Amino acid sequence: MSTLVLTLITGVGLGALYFLVASGLSLIYGLMHVLNFAHGAFLTLSAFMGWMVAQALGTDSWGSFLMSLLVGAAVGAVFATLTELVLIRPLYERHIEQVLVTVGLSFAAVALFEGIWGTDPIHISGPPWLRQTTEVLGARIPNTYWVLMIAAVLVLAGLVLFLKKTRYGMIIRAGVENRAMVTALGIDVRRSFTLVFAIGGAAAGIGGVLAMHYSTFVSAHLGATLLIFAFIVTVVGGLGSLTGAAVASVVVAVLQQFANFYLGGTGDFIVVILLAVVLLVRPSGLLGRKA
Amino acid sequence: MTSQTTAGRGIRRFLPVIVGVALVAFMAMLPMLNLSLPGILPTPTYMPGTLALLSLCMVFAALALSYNLLLGSGGMLSFGHALYFGAGAYGLGIALEHFGVPLWPGVFIALIGGMVIALATGAVAMRVSGIPFAMVTLAFAQAGSVLVRRNSQITGGEEGLSLATEHVPDFLIGVVNTRNLYWFTLAVLVVVYLVTLWVDTSRLGHLARATRENEQRVRVLGLSPYRVRLVVFVVAAVLASLAGVAYMLLQSGTVPRAVSADLTITILVMVVLGGVGFRWGAIVGGVLYTLLDQRLTVLAGSEAIAGLPDFLRVPLSEPLFLLGVLFILVVMFLPGGIAGTIDAAVRRRRGEKARGALQQLDDADEAAEAPVEVRA
Repeated sequence: MSTLVLTLITGVGLGALYFLVASGLSLIYGLMHVLNFAHGAFLTLSAFMGWMVAQALGTDSWGSFLMSLLVGAAVGAVFATLTELVLIRPLYERHIEQVLVTVGLSFAAVALFEGIWGTDPIHISGPPWLRQTTEVLGARIPNTYWVLMIAAVLVLAGLVLFLKKTRYGMIIRAGVENRAMVTALGIDVRRSFTLVFAIGGAAAGIGGVLAMHYSTFVSAHLGATLLIFAFIVTVVGGLGSLTGAAVASVVVAVLQQFANFYLGGTGDFIVVILLAVVLLVRPSGLLGRKA
Repeated sequence: MTSQTTAGRGIRRFLPVIVGVALVAFMAMLPMLNLSLPGILPTPTYMPGTLALLSLCMVFAALALSYNLLLGSGGMLSFGHALYFGAGAYGLGIALEHFGVPLWPGVFIALIGGMVIALATGAVAMRVSGIPFAMVTLAFAQAGSVLVRRNSQITGGEEGLSLATEHVPDFLIGVVNTRNLYWFTLAVLVVVYLVTLWVDTSRLGHLARATRENEQRVRVLGLSPYRVRLVVFVVAAVLASLAGVAYMLLQSGTVPRAVSADLTITILVMVVLGGVGFRWGAIVGGVLYTLLDQRLTVLAGSEAIAGLPDFLRVPLSEPLFLLGVLFILVVMFLPGGIAGTIDAAVRRRRGEKARGALQQLDDADEAAEAPVEVRA
């Protein structure tokens, strides 16, 4: 029973991390039809910056933890905004080239990070509470999972509020639905492109700092591994659907944890099989629009 | 007068064939010649060091050619092509090590293995197209990479798998026989080139290009775009496996990087650098990338770089960073790559209109999206 609870809760926690990365990817794809390979680079840079801030302020305090999260989000947002303005915008409407440019950026960025911070993983420590466990129904849950869940819920709530209640949110939703119509109504959709990139980058930045605490180290390849799961999550959930990404994150991660516990560490493999099954049964994803 | 122009046209038609044959003959004779290209090749051409580097160039040129078949002719942006390269390399290694078969049956097993994996993964991945296809192929390649890293009894895990040399004929082993390996990789490159040429000029290639341009029209004509794509995908994968086999023999071993997403991205960089949609572009891209990677790594370790201040030294000592930046610049400012730019210049001189392969892909992408948006 306690293993079941443990697997379930850690699965949801891991899903929260996937969601932080996948939400930005899904929004960006939904609005701009750009597959952003550089998302992993946003995440990694934020993690490194968060680590440096935490080092400077003392790793044990909650203040420095929150500060590193804030800095991570800001760095992710700025990096993403610059990417959109400098690399994506000049290639307006040329989707394949836009993908290639982000591929090149992730390629170059990982090499640069290796050059700056070295190839070995750097071990980090956060507030002591994060390394402890909390007992739920007899299962001892590492506390990092709670932080992941809280962050993901806050980000999801913030995104939903932003998309439903603000003018820009409305433009973005309309743009995902039918971009040609929005442009025809005289609204400059391109400004919302930058905005979506910034939001996605900020979410990835928070995800990066938390992923660092989750895996207790940071390395130049931190983003690459998470990015692949985020891709799987966005395809399974339906490209461009935020709710789909949220649901799929949890489904994918819980399944992965269960397979890791009960099927001898085959989690990564099971996830790919899930992807294959979803594609065979419902190519547009769980909550994607039927094409 | 008229006979002269037809003769001229005849020469123009056979010119590529003549140039190609001459080039292959020249490459085949290189191990016998004493040419040096200081700065580009480490040693004169008859020495093993240069021959090994040139062989590696040709392996990657073959791999880039197979990817060009996929992206240029088929219009499929795959991020999992390394899986089939790795299948060739690991397939041969496993066949020799665990089945204990001689070399040539081992090569056959590796190619069949690559084909089976390509059929299974391709059939599923082709449920979607465009960008989602790229993501799904990436996920499959990642699963392959995880399998290779985890099952260390079979694949050697992180340390990689070395070639079981007792089953390989003597003339392909050792530094002394580098020239035999060189000829072998040259043969692989020629075979891959001829197969891609044959696919491109056959009915299959014609259909693949038609599917790339307008899938709906192909379907209306009563043909199956799915089957065409799958066949092209599998052919490209088997060619990649062949390149993997050559890689395994050349390096007498393979590491998990041969199945990683990194390698796929490397292939993509080669093809885009050379020019998508041009067979000779893919070869140029593969060779150029491998040489640049080699030279930049040497440069990174040189004293001139070590003496620079940090903000210059760090980027310059990372070859992949420089190659990544070069790739971004090519995509943004030279979308046709090397071959595309030269081809466009030649066409402009003849007064023809030229459109880059990547732009054509975008157009097709647009066309595929259009009806959906009207309906919605």
